[in-house]
Amino acid sequence: MGKRSVVPFGPQHPVLPEPIHLDLVIEDEKIIEAIPSIGFVHRGLESLVDKKNYKEMMYIVERTCGICSFMHGMAYCEAVEDVMDVEVPDRGKYLRTIWSELSRMHSHLLWLGLLADGFGFESLFYQCWRLRESVLDVLELTTGGRCIFSVNKIGGVLKDLDDDMIKAILEAVSKVEVELEAIKKTFLFDYSVESRLKGVGVLTKQQAHDLGCAGPFARGSGLKLDMRLRGYDAYKDLDFEPIVSEDGDGYARCYVRTMEIFQSIDLIRQAISKLPKGDIAVDVKGNPNGEAFVRVEQPRGEAVYYVKGNGTLFLDRMRVRTPTFANLPGLVETLKGAQFADVPLLILAIDPCISCTER
Amino acid sequence: MTEILNPENKLEEINHEKLLRKVLVMKNNGMRLAQMCSAFVDGKYELSYSFADDETYELQTLRVIVEPDTAIPSITEIYPYAFFYENEINELFGVNVKFINNDYHKKLYRIDVEAPFAKKEDK
Repeated sequence: MGKRSVVPFGPQHPVLPEPIHLDLVIEDEKIIEAIPSIGFVHRGLESLVDKKNYKEMMYIVERTCGICSFMHGMAYCEAVEDVMDVEVPDRGKYLRTIWSELSRMHSHLLWLGLLADGFGFESLFYQCWRLRESVLDVLELTTGGRCIFSVNKIGGVLKDLDDDMIKAILEAVSKVEVELEAIKKTFLFDYSVESRLKGVGVLTKQQAHDLGCAGPFARGSGLKLDMRLRGYDAYKDLDFEPIVSEDGDGYARCYVRTMEIFQSIDLIRQAISKLPKGDIAVDVKGNPNGEAFVRVEQPRGEAVYYVKGNGTLFLDRMRVRTPTFANLPGLVETLKGAQFADVPLLILAIDPCISCTER
Repeated sequence: MTEILNPENKLEEINHEKLLRKVLVMKNNGMRLAQMCSAFVDGKYELSYSFADDETYELQTLRVIVEPDTAIPSITEIYPYAFFYENEINELFGVNVKFINNDYHKKLYRIDVEAPFAKKEDK
């Protein structure tokens, strides 16, 4: 048995865009235990319900995260709409679905780029981020914003898509589809990539369930867990099956996210082909009085929104359980027994979003 | 077409003395702890423990309402990964959670203010 020592990892580290700290107990090069610490940039966004009314809170929750901003806003709106018994028009629901899937595409492309950078494949990193620009461009064209685009409102959405915008979306996703086919071959079949990801950081299906994991991290371990199956927004009218891999290693997580980009492209095409005509929002009167839990599938997994209103403009409570918060215990488990050199990749493999976690 | 699973969410209010027993039932039924949160309403803590059935997509929430000085037992013996949630409600709201496995002793979030989410007039 080698000598045990503790190596601090983070909060500042080249592989971490945001701060998280791990105390790694190692024996030679093997991780025996990992103790996580968060809280370096905690913002207390949830407590702003005391100062911002329930409509203004929409703009606060959108700033929880720059990557899944749209879906934070959408989930909050759906929780308030649930409390106020507001029915969003079908066209509004479809538009939310289209923007959600575009958000998932750019989030997964961002992650693929970070993963490539993590295992030292810089040209692959550039390709992924170049491709991501196509999605950001179409988001800017349709909403006016590239990451935080503020098109949700309680009762629907603020902007509609015209024919030119729909054409631009279809062209952009077709371009991504063609180019991603080429990139996919490198991620899934390149020897050097496989050697860094296969068999690394294995989490079994049972462990993923027992540790409460969510999203692509859980699906990479064989759990068929996808909140879109709840049928919120337009998902009830679309045909899809969650993408699952049984292997539970870094390669499986990479496979799930890569294939989910293709799935998002398919869902966008389906939603556009069925896009109903009509209003995009309804007027909302009164204040929320009651409570609701809403779960949506963000790029990183299940997000739980809780809203409790008291009949005034100001909510009693707004709470967000983000997917990264749920995936931290799973991350700690995957680190046990891993080699020290694999730690950056294993952290990246859960697609951690610390700004989400530090709401 | 995709099979859609969207059952109604359920909420059950229970006495805090029954908490561990009820949580154990959830665990034995294969439910996943989806979230825990606290709210401070009318001078009392409202604690919500939400459990998800990943087969049916049902969400069941146990609601415990307690006075601010009441100690709540930790559920980390049943759901080990609840320690993040329990440390969070302890640190942000000041909820007294006893016997947390992996107690961060109010160092989960590096904040200077004690229990910042508890209502100011009640601190």
